[in-house]
Amino acid sequence: MKRRQILAVVFAVGLASLVAGCKKEQPPAPKTEAPRPIEAAAVKIGSASPLTGPQAHIGIDIRNGVQLAIEDANAAGVEIGGKKVKFELIPEDDEANPTKATTVAQKLVDSKVVAVIGHFNSGASIPASKIYSDGGIPQISPSSTNPKYTQQGFKTTFRVVANDDQQGPTIGRYAVENLKAKKIAVIDDSTAYGQGLADAFEKTAKGLGSQIVAREHTTDKDTDFKAILTKIKGRGPDLIMFGGIDPQAGPMVKQMSELGIKAKYIGGDGMQTPNFIKLAGPASDGVMASMPGLPKEKMPGGPAFLQKYKAKFNSDVELFAPMGYDAVMVFVDAMKRAGSTEPAKFLPELSKTNYEGVIGPIAFDEKGDLKNGPITIYVVKGGKWEPLETVTPGTTEAAGATASGASATATAGAASASSTAGTGTTATDKK
Amino acid sequence: MDIFLQQIVNGLVLGSIYALVALGYTMVYGILGLINFAHGDIVMVAALVALTVVQLLSGSGLPPAVVIAAAMGAAMLVCIVIGVTVERVAYRPLRRAPRLAPLITAIGVSILIQYSAALVWGKQYISLPELLQPTSIAFGGAQFTDLQVYIFLLAAAVMAGLLWFIKSSRIGRAMRATEQNPDIAGLMGVDTNRIIAFTFVLGSAIGAIAGVMVVLYYGLGHYFMGFMLGLKAFTAAVLGGIGNVAGAMLGGLLLGVIESLAAGYIGDLSGGVLGSNYRDIFAFLVLIFVLVLRPSGLMGQRISDRA
Repeated sequence: MKRRQILAVVFAVGLASLVAGCKKEQPPAPKTEAPRPIEAAAVKIGSASPLTGPQAHIGIDIRNGVQLAIEDANAAGVEIGGKKVKFELIPEDDEANPTKATTVAQKLVDSKVVAVIGHFNSGASIPASKIYSDGGIPQISPSSTNPKYTQQGFKTTFRVVANDDQQGPTIGRYAVENLKAKKIAVIDDSTAYGQGLADAFEKTAKGLGSQIVAREHTTDKDTDFKAILTKIKGRGPDLIMFGGIDPQAGPMVKQMSELGIKAKYIGGDGMQTPNFIKLAGPASDGVMASMPGLPKEKMPGGPAFLQKYKAKFNSDVELFAPMGYDAVMVFVDAMKRAGSTEPAKFLPELSKTNYEGVIGPIAFDEKGDLKNGPITIYVVKGGKWEPLETVTPGTTEAAGATASGASATATAGAASASSTAGTGTTATDKK
Repeated sequence: MDIFLQQIVNGLVLGSIYALVALGYTMVYGILGLINFAHGDIVMVAALVALTVVQLLSGSGLPPAVVIAAAMGAAMLVCIVIGVTVERVAYRPLRRAPRLAPLITAIGVSILIQYSAALVWGKQYISLPELLQPTSIAFGGAQFTDLQVYIFLLAAAVMAGLLWFIKSSRIGRAMRATEQNPDIAGLMGVDTNRIIAFTFVLGSAIGAIAGVMVVLYYGLGHYFMGFMLGLKAFTAAVLGGIGNVAGAMLGGLLLGVIESLAAGYIGDLSGGVLGSNYRDIFAFLVLIFVLVLRPSGLMGQRISDRA
């Protein structure tokens, strides 16, 4: 036994010296960098989203969008205040974890980024926003839809999606007016996003005269929903609404069909992914979900963006890549107008943004919310998400359902789905 | 009443998976007095191996039964190798060490397996390709699928087989002897090292079956899934009386049913204060109650003087 311990110590010491040796052999890093020709000053832009964990596919999608924008801006050779500027991406992984998000935010502030695109989850964006605000760093979330995010009184928080105060009621109105749901069961995943969305939905649906027959909660880690669904089955709803994301929505829809629940199913943007269809299998047919923004293909810059993205990353856009892309461009646009890359200088310009992005016209209201963000309801048909109808908050006018509009009316009785072209929504940006 | 029956069915299927995983905890505890925290992660590896095999074979046109058998075979093989390696490398050198040392080692091994799996499979959810199309069966007001029936029957068969094996086979007798007193069993000619290694083989193989069931049932897996499953199964093992094989089975089934009923009725019983998201709390409340009121578990009495 003794001998073994000694051996272990010797081994450890040997290993340590080996590691130390390796370090010594490396040439000191700064020296090699110093003689390089002085390039345009690199302006650091941070991106924060879950790059690992169950939501990694969505987070990586955002980062890819941001990366694409930065490469495009660099290739175009942006000049700000008469100086050529090179942008540098600093991607961070917040693991969809609120605690990790604050660590990551501090790290980004400390590494002197001038702007941040992130985070993906509302639960991450909200705690992180305080740190960015304290550091004076403007933040655009490509995807966080919880209303609280922009209601904290920070001057640095912006988003380029419609929030749940807009999305939840839109789903609610759609459920009651178009789907004619009378008895509705509501489930959420106990996260800031899921619960916020479900609450907003519930309020609207109740207000419009529907009965909420069950309000259930699960978590963002669970995969067994049989017990909840069985309880809901007993209440006989004609619609189930879920506030949450695809790793839960997929198995849930599958288990619903196994339990023989015939109710329709509708959810928010977190489950409007190809991954959801993979997880739910054939049971996904007929499931509906809303998604802020126009359908990817109907975005003014959509088709070109989708193509560029596919060529670069060899995968399809999952969800929020176009929003991430536009967020960078909005920053660059504000910097150009301010003639400075300093956050304090271009922040006032940011709120005056009037930018024509991939996702359409981008302008912010006084809180930093996207003005008149359209919301589209999608349905799964034949293993694919297809747009049913686009709603602009505050109006009941439907647009965006162009070619597929005919089939949409057939499935959902969406009589109001007028066949205005997708570009029709641009007319509403004055509200 | 239909709803109640349905919740019982839900709970029994969930519980049979818990029970299979709990067997791995309880067998190792019975023989070594060690809580093998890595067991849940071995189940996770089984699930991910099965997912990979199914993904590889899904385009080949083989009948689903063959694909599942291949997935299960591969999962069992990998898990047995991991289980035996862990025993040999991490636990055997510490067999005479104070009890805390192997316990902490077990937690370390658990984390090691988790993050190795994260390296191999990534940290994303992996979904099961379309393989089975479970048909629904309605029976006495409850609705279940043929897949649930198969899961329950297979679990029952494995449990019955294990009980028989431990009671009647030569190796089973050697296992019981080692459990009672490894030193004396050794003196009587039992190769205790081999028997202990065999216990890990058995536990890992049964855990692998449970892992494949989870994949088929829920249709997805990820590197962290073993943690909660392991904790629940451990709770089930303690509930039944840790070290007692029949107790683990009973504990697993009970825990599944308790959880289902809790999720189904807690909201109404608490007047909406507690929601169904507090379901997991019930599993651990049960654990605390058992530890306080009946530390040896439901069926642990007889075994306690032997262990």
